[in-house]
Amino acid sequence: MSVDIVRTGAELELAARVVELVRQVAGPSAEAEVMVRHEAEALTRFAVSMIHQNVADAATTVSLRLHLDGRTATGSTTIVNADGLRGLVDWMVTAVRVSPPDVTWPGLTPPRPLHQSAGHHGSGAGSGLDFGFDEATARATPAERAERVRDFVRAAEGLETAGYCRTTYTSAAFANSAGQSCEGRTAEAAMDGIARLSGADGVARLAGGRLADLDGALLGARAAAKARAGQNPIELAPGRYEVVLEPEAVADLLDNFAIFGFNGKAYARKQSFAEIGADQFDPSVSLMDEPLGSRAEPAPGLPFDDEGTPRDWLVLVREGVTKAVAHDRTSAAEAGAESTGHASGVSRTWGPHPTNLRLEAASPTTEPTLPPADPTSPVAESARPLVAHLERGLLITDLWYTRVLDQKTLVITGLTRNGVWLVENGEVTAPVGNLRFTQSYPQALAAGMVLGIGSESVLLPDRWSGTRYAAPALHLASWNLTGNASG
Amino acid sequence: MSHFDEASAAVQAALDAGARYADCRVMLRRTESMSARDGDVEELSSGESAGLGVRALVGSSWGFYAVPDLSDAAARAAGGRAAQIAVASATVPGPPIDLVPTKAVEASWASDCAIDPLGISVSAKGDLLVGATAAAKAAGADLAEGVYQIWDTRKWFVSSDGHRIDQHTRECGAGVTAMAFGDGEIQRRSWPSHSGQYGSSGWELVDSLDLIGNAPRMAEEARALLTAPLCPTGETTLVLGGEQLALQIHESVGHAIELDRILGWEAAFAGTSWLELDKLGSLRYGSELMNITIDPSIPGALGSFGYDDEGTPATRRAAVRDGIWVGVLAGRDSAAVAGLDYAGSMRSDGWARLPMVRMTNVGLEPGPHTLDEIIAATDDGVFMDINRSWSIDDRRLNFQFGCEIGYEIKNGRLGRMLRNPTYTGIGPRFWQSMDMLSSETVAWGTPNCGKGQPGQIGHTGHPAAPARFTDVRVGVRG
Repeated sequence: MSVDIVRTGAELELAARVVELVRQVAGPSAEAEVMVRHEAEALTRFAVSMIHQNVADAATTVSLRLHLDGRTATGSTTIVNADGLRGLVDWMVTAVRVSPPDVTWPGLTPPRPLHQSAGHHGSGAGSGLDFGFDEATARATPAERAERVRDFVRAAEGLETAGYCRTTYTSAAFANSAGQSCEGRTAEAAMDGIARLSGADGVARLAGGRLADLDGALLGARAAAKARAGQNPIELAPGRYEVVLEPEAVADLLDNFAIFGFNGKAYARKQSFAEIGADQFDPSVSLMDEPLGSRAEPAPGLPFDDEGTPRDWLVLVREGVTKAVAHDRTSAAEAGAESTGHASGVSRTWGPHPTNLRLEAASPTTEPTLPPADPTSPVAESARPLVAHLERGLLITDLWYTRVLDQKTLVITGLTRNGVWLVENGEVTAPVGNLRFTQSYPQALAAGMVLGIGSESVLLPDRWSGTRYAAPALHLASWNLTGNASG
Repeated sequence: MSHFDEASAAVQAALDAGARYADCRVMLRRTESMSARDGDVEELSSGESAGLGVRALVGSSWGFYAVPDLSDAAARAAGGRAAQIAVASATVPGPPIDLVPTKAVEASWASDCAIDPLGISVSAKGDLLVGATAAAKAAGADLAEGVYQIWDTRKWFVSSDGHRIDQHTRECGAGVTAMAFGDGEIQRRSWPSHSGQYGSSGWELVDSLDLIGNAPRMAEEARALLTAPLCPTGETTLVLGGEQLALQIHESVGHAIELDRILGWEAAFAGTSWLELDKLGSLRYGSELMNITIDPSIPGALGSFGYDDEGTPATRRAAVRDGIWVGVLAGRDSAAVAGLDYAGSMRSDGWARLPMVRMTNVGLEPGPHTLDEIIAATDDGVFMDINRSWSIDDRRLNFQFGCEIGYEIKNGRLGRMLRNPTYTGIGPRFWQSMDMLSSETVAWGTPNCGKGQPGQIGHTGHPAAPARFTDVRVGVRG
């Protein structure tokens, strides 16, 4: 069983039909933008080493934003027959006429071409808008996902396991009454699992554009090695520690930077730490948003946003200097900037933010080659060179339940998860119980605080499909641990 | 209009494809929300969604499939697909699954609603938010934001055990927040809670909040916080307002008593629980003042329903009695695994999502005191209220909360305002230190409880009142 991928052009035709319907009902002065998104998501979830939840759904959603006589309303429906679409348009026209004035309406995106990703795997085929689209992933069956789960469970060799294998397929189109019209499709695969032993958990996760790239056995073995190395943890006193964050933990930094720091609305309202042109990070830090993927990595998202603005690569930080924040048309107008293609259905309320952040990995060093990896070591391969330079500090696998204490300074509290180890003289010497931290993320990456960046970026899934981070390991001079298992 | 026929067709198709049990939820939902800023409407949004989700149990493996199409053919196809997915689940099988019995019910239920929220004109609702944010702005807020949200959900449930239940739930709520910008920091004050107050109720709930009347005070307090002294650091006596205690209950009790977490079914993501089933009935969770009740039948509370998404009727049940842990939130399959004889807490956030163990209304029974009495009885301590941040570990033990506002307590009186108040602790130690509890209970609504993969947003209720805790670590800073 697979999703029904016979939809080429179907979303674009539907979007154009709704634009025309608005014109008929509301007249030629109505400004309408329509996003049609067909999404099929399937997720095979396992716990206690069995598949306990196995779900799939497929739905088409029509989203309409209507601006009429200085007033704006947005609406959506999954009822896409003639009656459903007419009902949506009629409600919107009625609602917009009794809505209060919208003084921040930024106008519609004018017609403009999408940015192509010439040279990327799969691009140029067919419509030329596929950006590395992998049809086999879009057509993945429950059996294919279950096989990867089985491999993960077997590779853990008797340890209790839990996690998921997910595939998603999105085919979408945009049209507005100004004449902008575009379409695209994307597929994503992700696997995230833990192995557990006597209260210690180890994790392995990976995202990508191809299900074929996900090796359940490899991930299961990695998670199990961490769990086995986490037995009999010691408890450390709170305080400031030098740390190596593995890619899974670094992804949390990227997530919070994206949502609260490089958010164009937060920036325009002075709620973000970001100051364009300022030296805010260590010179080794470069951050970019890569919605179109890169040469080796298929695009994680669509090539346009919910306002029809073409997406493109966006450099946010170059060598420690903040260069840009993400904008939709509303925040761009407020900040006197151009939209960067980050509109979403909620960006006018919550602000536009990057969804595919990459922390640039360091160039491979010319240092002596490390000894062959020990399969029982808890250290991720990408973190090994950094751990070798850690005189005394902590190796942290993952961060959990991170929440903002102060948005302006981006002080975050959260906990470690899925494995912490004490490192002395470049060697792991003891597992450590989970710790609470309270730390300003920009300060952690400020000038002089970044002692090393891994040379390999790992693609990591977010909780929601369509968001993906590329994270190398990080060696930081100080991380403020404010509590342990005793409180 | 009924959709029992489509639900029945889906269930029958799943049975025909080999399922030994199947159920189906047809759901129609209309939503509406508006946000305003500084006296202007920022966004008006509406949504309409319709579809069905089928759950099939083949052998001891589950499958779920959902479609937005309510035709008979689509329903049958969905039932068949759910069964096929269940067959794939058997690739990595578990032990045999049973379902605790639940009486087959044919019933209809609707939430209390005096004023239909979708019946109020958009312009009137807009005037409310515009007025509230303008009032906060005029009173000195650098930024004022307001929001309302409405959900109108109709549901038809059919199971192969014989259930035929339809429910109509109307939920809404609103709130206003004032922010003041200082040198490198932002202070905020929200009314009536950090994300607004919500309930399974009509617009009469929003009318009762008096957003416009309270907005100026929020602005004044936010501005005053900019120059208030920092919350002191150390261990002290902590008095929490009811709103903050509601989130404390949500995070450190509600999630901890979810049976799927206790069984390890959420281990990879949401996490597990520090609670162990063999201690059910004997473990001391808190002081004798601590009585936590699971009650989805509270009129108007956000976690209320007539029947859960497995057809189990809403039933009031003790979770903690006189400080002893005695009950869990459960579903039919998890209860059977745990050897319990009750379920009733399975919910999905829409037709496209699988029902899972969720909080309903999980709240603290009233105590013998008032907030005034608690303050008067405290020689030295800190009062905190209105949540600003929350974080807790994956076993629901180690928590840290930040609040919008604090006050020092000296010699039985509230003293100076304190900014950036935070507190941290370990769940059972914290609850065992509760020595005074107010009777002034409010059923606070939490409309944004995340859980599950794919993610689901749950609506939960938490009756709570102010309470006092001893020897709590406060003033944690980065």
